[in-house]
Amino acid sequence: MANDPIHQFHINRLVPLDFNGVDLSFTNSSLFMVIAATGVSAFLVWATSGRGLVPSRVQSVAEMSYEFISGMLRDAAGSEGMKFFPFVFSLFMFILMANLVGMFPYFFTVTSHLVVTAALALLVFVIVLVVGLMRNGLHFFRLFVPSGIPIILMPLVVAIEVISFLTRPVSHSVRLFANMLAGHITIKVFAGFIVSLGAFGAVGAAGAVLPLLMTIALTALEFLVAFLQAYVFAMLTCIYINDALHPGGH
Amino acid sequence: MTLTITLAGRAWASEGTATQEDSATVAETHAATEAAHGEAATFPPFDPAYFASQLLWLAITFGLFYWFMSRVAIPRIAGILEVRRDRISGDLDDAQRMRDEADAAHAAYEHELAAARARASSIAQESGDRARAQAEAERRKVEAGLAARLQEAEARIDAIRKKALAEVDAIASDTTAAIVKELVGATATKAEIAKAVGAAAKRDEAR
Repeated sequence: MANDPIHQFHINRLVPLDFNGVDLSFTNSSLFMVIAATGVSAFLVWATSGRGLVPSRVQSVAEMSYEFISGMLRDAAGSEGMKFFPFVFSLFMFILMANLVGMFPYFFTVTSHLVVTAALALLVFVIVLVVGLMRNGLHFFRLFVPSGIPIILMPLVVAIEVISFLTRPVSHSVRLFANMLAGHITIKVFAGFIVSLGAFGAVGAAGAVLPLLMTIALTALEFLVAFLQAYVFAMLTCIYINDALHPGGH
Repeated sequence: MTLTITLAGRAWASEGTATQEDSATVAETHAATEAAHGEAATFPPFDPAYFASQLLWLAITFGLFYWFMSRVAIPRIAGILEVRRDRISGDLDDAQRMRDEADAAHAAYEHELAAARARASSIAQESGDRARAQAEAERRKVEAGLAARLQEAEARIDAIRKKALAEVDAIASDTTAAIVKELVGATATKAEIAKAVGAAAKRDEAR
């Protein structure tokens, strides 16, 4: 079991709940969602409790995350996009915290389950669709008709654009999910090698240094990936929101 | 779901554990693992048994998280940044205002200085002019006095000369009469003497 790299993704019921035959138990996944959400909330409240004119270290971290996301959203979607700032900020902070919390040994990684990332990606997709249609009406479909394309190529290009639009939630969710899943499996596999080699006496223990170094390097890489994937998810959300607000202009 | 199950099965197999198809027949070593998990070896991220639970709790936690972020956390950070921006722009405005004031004071000083300099130079000019005019007037007065005295002196010299010249004729006549009397022994008449003296004088002038 210790060597099973898949074990970390198992969901365990902590508080069993059954609603008309549908299992709605409070699981370890739910627990870590709560931990991620309360962790970010508590951090931001604590960091801003000083309300310093000259920020303390933690306060400047909170301010940096705020300005990082607001800058990203404004660059991608313009000042109109700032209406979606709380949403993008929540997405980024929630995913980042879930990814980072998952880096603790024995902790569960919420974003390593496709259903979670798919739900978030579909939420973005539906918001983009609804906002795009409400703001622009049928002009929203100009998104699928790039300007400056010969009329003969038009059906082909429009078909490609429509398909790429519809597959957005897939790529959006699978990118985050697969990165977290693969990274955690890889770390676990290499960590398992340490234990396995350690069982072969002195030579094995000496050889176990190599997978140990690999595990350390991968752990560092995974911290980067944890941040990067949250960033990519938020960045793509900004770009999609821009499509909803300005479907004509690319 | 067959797709995910076979996918999961392959992943399972590659990790060296029982696949779902094999699970019934494969070695007992895995039976314990299976039992611990309490269910068939579905790859956990694709196990639909927990989809509903995950979606529900994601909706609850993310919903509350979004609410908290938009109502509490973001306004707090935005407030802090706003206050700082206001403070900085206020300070910059103050600095600008003070610099404007300093510039105005400097301009006023320059203006005052220029005015004072102009006044000083005009006073100097004026007093110089006045002194020059005074000196000129003085000079004219002295010159006029000198010219008057010169004229007077010339007139007096003229008169003296005229008198002297007049006396020269008389002296010449007397001398001539005396010489004639001594040399010739006869007295000449006054008219003759005067005639001779006049002729001599004419001769002198001609020469």
